[in-house]
Parts: sequence; structure tokens; C-alpha cells
Amino acid sequence: MAKAQKVALSAEEKAVIKRKRKAQIFKDRWVYLLLLPGFLYFIIFKIVPMWGILIAFKDYFPTTQFWGAGLTKNWIGFDNFIQFFTDSSFLQLLRNTLIISLMNIIFFFPLPIILALLLNEMKVQWYKKAVQTLVYVPHFVSMVVIASITFMLVKEPSSSAQSGGALYEIVKTLTGKEMHALGGGWAIYWVLLIQNIWKETGWGTIIFLAALAGVDVEQYEAAIVDGANRWQQLIYITIPAIMGTVVTMFVLRMGSVLDTGFEQIILMQNTLNRTNSETFDTYVYQYGRVEGNYGYTTAVSLFKSIVSLICIQTANRLAKAVGQAGLF
Amino acid sequence: MISIKRRSIGDIIGDIIIYLVVTLLAVIMVIPFIYVIAASFAKEAEIQTRPIFFIPENPTLDAYKQVFSPSGMGPTVLRSLLISICVTLVGTLINLFFTLTMAYGLSRPNLIGKKPLLNMVLFTMVFGGGMIPLFLVVKALGMYDTYAALILPGCISAYNMLIIRNFFIELPNELEEAAAIDGCTEIGIFLKIALPLSMPIIATFGLFYAVGHWNDYFGALMYLNDSKKYPFQLVLRNLVMQTQDNSTSLDELPPEDTLKMAVIVIGTVPILCVYPFLQKYFAAGVMVGAVKG
Repeated sequence: MAKAQKVALSAEEKAVIKRKRKAQIFKDRWVYLLLLPGFLYFIIFKIVPMWGILIAFKDYFPTTQFWGAGLTKNWIGFDNFIQFFTDSSFLQLLRNTLIISLMNIIFFFPLPIILALLLNEMKVQWYKKAVQTLVYVPHFVSMVVIASITFMLVKEPSSSAQSGGALYEIVKTLTGKEMHALGGGWAIYWVLLIQNIWKETGWGTIIFLAALAGVDVEQYEAAIVDGANRWQQLIYITIPAIMGTVVTMFVLRMGSVLDTGFEQIILMQNTLNRTNSETFDTYVYQYGRVEGNYGYTTAVSLFKSIVSLICIQTANRLAKAVGQAGLF
Repeated sequence: MISIKRRSIGDIIGDIIIYLVVTLLAVIMVIPFIYVIAASFAKEAEIQTRPIFFIPENPTLDAYKQVFSPSGMGPTVLRSLLISICVTLVGTLINLFFTLTMAYGLSRPNLIGKKPLLNMVLFTMVFGGGMIPLFLVVKALGMYDTYAALILPGCISAYNMLIIRNFFIELPNELEEAAAIDGCTEIGIFLKIALPLSMPIIATFGLFYAVGHWNDYFGALMYLNDSKKYPFQLVLRNLVMQTQDNSTSLDELPPEDTLKMAVIVIGTVPILCVYPFLQKYFAAGVMVGAVKG
């Protein structure tokens, strides 16, 4: 009896809730209209391509139909993946991608933090502003221009050019060796790293400077009263204050460990350094977009996306485990 | 009173080292650009004999004359510049329209369906279909080899949208409530109250989007086939690559370096023109809410 009453009541409640929901939806009808363009954008250009991942399980070429009749044809299961994992280029791509990414994490990641700490120590405000203006510039210059300038700086002497580029000559004077920056071997990794340092170190400081600006000045005053020197202030106040931001940025960076980007590497790639500079991203572009192996390269990028997802989840868990807020 | 010795010898030495290191870094980062500008005004022979210089021995406008010469590469360069300007202007307006409307919509409290929509956006930030499926979608929509393909596939940056959303959430509610009582619809509140109050942030992200469009070459590489439609950065890339690529035919002489430098300068000047405006809004506040979404 009591049970029946409860059900009846909840049905009534349900009706109320339903009416309230309807009223709320009606009240927000213009908001939904505002949301429509963005919603359609995410569906068409973000969600539909996820459905397109299905072609990773197909023998799919530019001429294959995808919609309609093509949907039921040419399924090949995991063949694309098996082909990729057993291909010798798989290990090569993994190696190149990891080298480029890890070099960035080890050598580039700390630099914006260090520069931000240095800028934070500068008390002459106009000078600090001037420096910031200069170091932000490369971030806004296009990758094509950065690459073009690099070609100029590392140019080797030839029949038409008696003198090499500035960097080439500097290295030659200092070490007596001829630098083949765009040749084979590890040279390309250093070129990519240095370009990245040049372009993004300055801009990368912004997020850390914001964190530093939030530190309470009274903490420093108290520390000075207690006789803490500059170094101790750095270790016990400044660094703990930005640790949260550092961990968050690190989690983001680890999550994109397989994302080496196309723009930079495709510009710097040539026949001499391709075996060392080909990464998952450039391989998908070259072998898929240019040469038309759509199904196969979609399998490659699906593999990359899934590993990335695992990476970011793991990094986030680790961040939480060491007592930081994490991302989500 | 406790007397505090504020500056010891160590502090002063530390300061000197900090200022020196930071100054050196800033100079190193800018030197290449100064060299490029100098080289664009130099004679080709000077570039090939001096590794680096900041004032050309015999300044000349030859390279710029050649870039714009009607019989040579002039038409190509001017056309690509015009295309880049149009794509940048139209693209930025579309970016702002899509980003602002969605950010405002998602900032409304008590909106039913907000949570799943936000989750969808967050999910697309960590997982995607990849390059080829997106390419096929763009192609299926008939946008291949059109300028729409340079603009629409990236018309909302989820990251920017979430930052702007945070900004809208923090706007004072009172004005909006007053407007609602006066019979203003949500669209009216959006246009008459939320947008005017957020002009600085709109300007900031407008400029970010604009710089992105101006600097983009990869979109054109992906989606454009007809070389007459190429934007400026892709023309520059092809010009520079002519000497890097082994596929150059022998009858085609590689372009002179001074010419390349002039094209680089032309492509970078617009960025330097908006740079002071961009910088006005660097005020760290803009980016802070971002990281934690």
C-alpha cells in the first residue's frame, strides 16, 4: 500500500519536474539558438570525423565510396593495424616521435619556467616590459618564416655562396667542424628543438608569470623579517607557489607526447633527414593525404590518438597522486 | 625596530647576472629578424660573402622591386597577399561569431543540456578522428579546393571558447537581470550587454585568431589544389623550398636569397603592425583561467 503511494507520488513529482524542465527549456529557447552554430561545428568537424575512424578497419582508397553502398563493403578488420605494427617503419616512427618529444620535455619544458623566474626577479619594470616585448615576438611569426630564416642561418657554402650562414660560420670558427644541420643523423633533432626554444620560450613564460603575480607579497616580507635570503625565498615561497601550474602544464605536455605537429617538421624535412624526422603526424600526412592510403593512415592516427588518451589519463592520475589538482 | 639589510653584495651580483642573462636571451631571439630585414635591403653578393650583418653596405630596394615586378613574381605575390588578407578578415569574423555565441550560451546558468555539451567539447580536446577522416568530411561537404576549407574546419578553438566562457560567467548578473525584466531576450542581452562589456577579451582573441589565419600554410597545403588560390604563407614556403627540394627542374634557377628575405619581411610586417595591440592585452589575466578550464 505504502509502496503504491510512493510510486504514485513520484509519478506526480516526475510530472512536476518535467513541467519545470519544459519551462526552463522554453525560457532558454534563445540561448539554444545561440548555441546552435557552435554545436553544429563540433558535430560536423569533431564528432563526424570520429565516426570516420571506421575507415581504419577498411581497405579504403580515395575512390572508395564511404556513404551509402560503400558502408558495407571492404571491411578488413584489424588488417591495417597488423600491417602497421609489423611494418619496419612503425618502430622507426615511434623512435623519432619519442626522441623529438622527449628532447622537448627535457630541454625545452624547463626554460619558460626559468625565464619566468628570472623575469620575476627583475624589479625595473620598464626594462622587464621591454624584454618581454622582445621575447614574445617569435611566437607570432609564422612557422614558414622561422623555417626560412633557419635555412639562411645554417646554409652551407656552395659554388654561388662563398660564405655559409651565420650559425654555420660560428660553429666552424668555434669547433673547426662543418655543420650539416639539415643532413642526416641527429642534427635535425637539435634543429627542431632549437627552433622550438626560439619560438616558444618567451610566450611560454606568460602562464608562469601569471602564477607568480598571484603570490602574496606579505609572504616575502615575512620571510625577509625572518632573515631569509633571496635563494631561500625562491626555494620556499616562489617555487611552491607555481608548482601547481608547473604540474598542470606538465600533465598537458605528457598527454601530447606523440603530437609532434606537422607544420614544423614538414617544413624542415628533406630526403637526407627523412628517416630521422618522419613522425606519426608527418607520416599520416605524407602516406595518407599525399599518397592516398586513407584506411591505413587512419589506423595509424587512431593508434596515436588512443595512446595519447592513455598518456593524458595516466599523467593526470599521477598528478593527483602527488597531491596536485590535476586537470579533470 | 629591526633593521633589515635589504641588499647584500650577493644580491647585487645576483641582479647583475640576472639582467645580463635575460638581456642576452632577448637579443639572441631578435637578432635573426634584424638580419633578415638587413639582408632584404642588401645586394645578393653581400649575402653570399658576409655570414651576418645588420647594416647592408650598399642598401638597395632591388629585391622589393623584383618581388613586385609585374613581369616576374609580382602578380603571384600580390594575389596571395590579397587572398591572405581576405581569408584573415572573413575567417576571424567567423571565428568570433561561432566562438562568442557558443561561449555565451554555455555560460548561462541552469541551462538544460549544458553538461553533456561541455563534456563533448572537453572530449574533442583530448581525442579526435585524425587528419584523414577530417579531410574526407571536408571533401564530402564540397569544400575541397575552396576557401571555406581554410576557415570552417577550425572555426572554434575549444580552448579559446572555454576561456571566453569563464569570462562571461564572471560578468555581473545584475545588469542582465535588469535587462531581462525590461523584456530583453537572451539574444538582446548577449548583444547589448555581454558583448560591449567584453570588448578587450574579444579584441584579444580576435587578434589571436587573425594571427593564426595569417600564419597558416598547412590548411592550404591540405585543402587547396589550385595553386592560383594559395595564400601568402604557402607561396613563401614554395619559394623557399625551391632550393631545399631536390625536385627543382634544372632550367629553373633558384630564387636569390635577398628576394626570399624581402618576401619574409612583407609577410611579417602585418604581424608587427598588430603586435602593439596584441601586447596591450597580454596582461596575464587573460590566460590564467585557461589552464584549469
